Amino acid sequence: MSLLELNEVKVHFPVKRGVFFDRTVGHVYAVDGVSLTIEAGQTYGLVGESGCGKTTLGRAVLRLNEITSGEVVFDGTDLAALPDEEMRRSRRRLQMVFQDPLGSLNPRQNIESILAEGMAAHGIGANRTERRAKIVEVLERVGLPADALSRYPHEFSGGQRQRIGIARALVLEPDLIICDEPVSALDVSIQAQVINLLEELQESMGLTYLVIAHDLAVVRHISDVIGVMYLGALVEEAPSDLLYAEPRHPYTRALMSAVPVPDPEVEDNRERILLRGDLPSPANPPTGCRFHTRCPWRQAERCDTERPVLTELADGHRVACHYAAEIADGTIQPVRELAERIIPEGESVAVSEKADTGE
Amino acid sequence: MPLLSVDELKVTFQGQGRRASTAVSGVSFDVDEGQVVGLVGESGCGKSVTSLALMGLLPKKGVRVEGRADYRGTDLLSLRPSAMRDLRGTQLAMIFQDPLSSLNPVVPIGVQVTEILSRHRGMRGQAARDEAAALLERVGIPDPTRRLKEYPHQLSGGMRQRALIAMAVACAPRLLIADEPTTALDVTIQAQILELLKELVDQEGTALLMITHDLGVVAGLCDDVNVLYAGKVVESADRRNLFAEPAHPYAHGLLNSIPRLDAPRGQPLNPVRGSINDQIAWADGCAFAPRCDHYTLECLEGAPELGPLAGAGAPAGHQVRCVNPVRERLETVTLADVGAGDDSPAEPVTQKEETSE
Repeated sequence: MSLLELNEVKVHFPVKRGVFFDRTVGHVYAVDGVSLTIEAGQTYGLVGESGCGKTTLGRAVLRLNEITSGEVVFDGTDLAALPDEEMRRSRRRLQMVFQDPLGSLNPRQNIESILAEGMAAHGIGANRTERRAKIVEVLERVGLPADALSRYPHEFSGGQRQRIGIARALVLEPDLIICDEPVSALDVSIQAQVINLLEELQESMGLTYLVIAHDLAVVRHISDVIGVMYLGALVEEAPSDLLYAEPRHPYTRALMSAVPVPDPEVEDNRERILLRGDLPSPANPPTGCRFHTRCPWRQAERCDTERPVLTELADGHRVACHYAAEIADGTIQPVRELAERIIPEGESVAVSEKADTGE
Repeated sequence: MPLLSVDELKVTFQGQGRRASTAVSGVSFDVDEGQVVGLVGESGCGKSVTSLALMGLLPKKGVRVEGRADYRGTDLLSLRPSAMRDLRGTQLAMIFQDPLSSLNPVVPIGVQVTEILSRHRGMRGQAARDEAAALLERVGIPDPTRRLKEYPHQLSGGMRQRALIAMAVACAPRLLIADEPTTALDVTIQAQILELLKELVDQEGTALLMITHDLGVVAGLCDDVNVLYAGKVVESADRRNLFAEPAHPYAHGLLNSIPRLDAPRGQPLNPVRGSINDQIAWADGCAFAPRCDHYTLECLEGAPELGPLAGAGAPAGHQVRCVNPVRERLETVTLADVGAGDDSPAEPVTQKEETSE
């Protein structure tokens, strides 16, 4: 059975205006109908650019944001319907690691007090000595010395602080850890250390991860399944290797082709699809397919009126595009005005031929 | 003769009653006309301070700048402030990392662009406004006349960076310094900005000094790459040689530690152990020695010199600051080699011991 199942989850933030009366003048559709399933022991990677709603979705699972509608089924119970106190108690099993390791640790608490706080709140460990023993054990697991107990967050480097954040989640023995941009604030050499740590912990403790990140290479490295978000909705979901080998949604293609690869040979011969323009505002999302305003493969009528739903193409590969099949076999040609295809010789031409990305 | 030749640049910060700290301890590199040179390194390696020193933007108090930076026969580091002001904007220009904080939030974009035109090109009134609109158009901002009246907060991140680039190229500078120009941007926008920079370099023959921590960006854009560690260049090479055969253990380790989009899954990363805090002063030896796997006692006999890579078949111009350089080609297995979709993890690579920082 799957550990976490999201069913049409929506998170809308009201936009309020007015001096005396808070009139709601509109909504920001941060997350607008996301359904996904995470199996126990798996890593699910959620990627997307800033403003696509990936962080809001992660926080919504823990109900750190109010869920507007939809179901969050964790191990058989719908978290969205739980009373607050029961929700608080179930958070022992769902923990979060935040992006900014310094901002998410109280500068006036020492490490022991930071780690013991959650344990006390959830009634783990009968007394201080028992808790300390557990904390020392977890600190060792994440590669921090035991003398860290009495030190303060500012005494640690960025990578060590992120280890503290991971330890804070681990002391509660959770089943699911939501990692929101776990390595994006870290230097490259430190990133790899933290990624390896997350993988080791998963293996030894049987953890399930929901990893939220904008860095496709990182997500691809650690995830079993990847979901790509655009303006509050999933546009494509597939097993990690399949998504890389055969991206089917036009947005995924553009996104993957935009990631620079640290290898001059690859960089010189790689074909890129350059999108024009910026992300539309989630307060006023485009009608129909959310991506149609920037999509080079856009077709008249259907794309701007009918919103595509995630449909399964092959085993585990779900795509929300009306024309995914036609784009893949080349029957639909992209339009130059909306994107440029950069071919290896350095000239830019319209995306005219069948763009065979990846393989 | 190179356009810019930096020789033993050294920057020391000395606050009142504080211990002096050396941010840049002897950096040398050349930039030719029309060339893209990269300065790569992690936070704290001195790459941004180098760029600020070259532009004369470091505070005068509490900072000691030594060395030479020869730009067309004049030493930038010893120039009078007024002479430097004339050079900045016309000959040298800079693009900063965070476009929101480097634009004035209470002044419309148009005024900020025309300011440069009137200061350096003596343009006034409608002529200046027309030129500003043309500049915005050139960097790919749609509807430039309307955008000129807007404030920075009304523009998106990518658009702000474009506006900043427009200001930098307003006087057709010979040398453009870009300090992490795409770090604050999303990848699809990053791709647009990098393409724009490439275009400017190709069309105008502007030299570009690209400062970044992203090795992917370097691989696609730079001609020559200098890798910085603890305020010194540790390796300098043509990008192809650097990425194929990184000789300094730090550069080698960095390239090994980044997850690649085109690598098969299941291979553990090989991180460089420790953190930037584990370094020794260059005077005592190689600053990277405490984190290095190839470290020997020889490494502690003073700072190694930056010298050409020895051995048969070593490419010309490949310089490294190391007594025991890594001599192996970096073989990265990509999906193309193992076949797409192959999920079987490759032979477990011997993983370096991961120690706490």
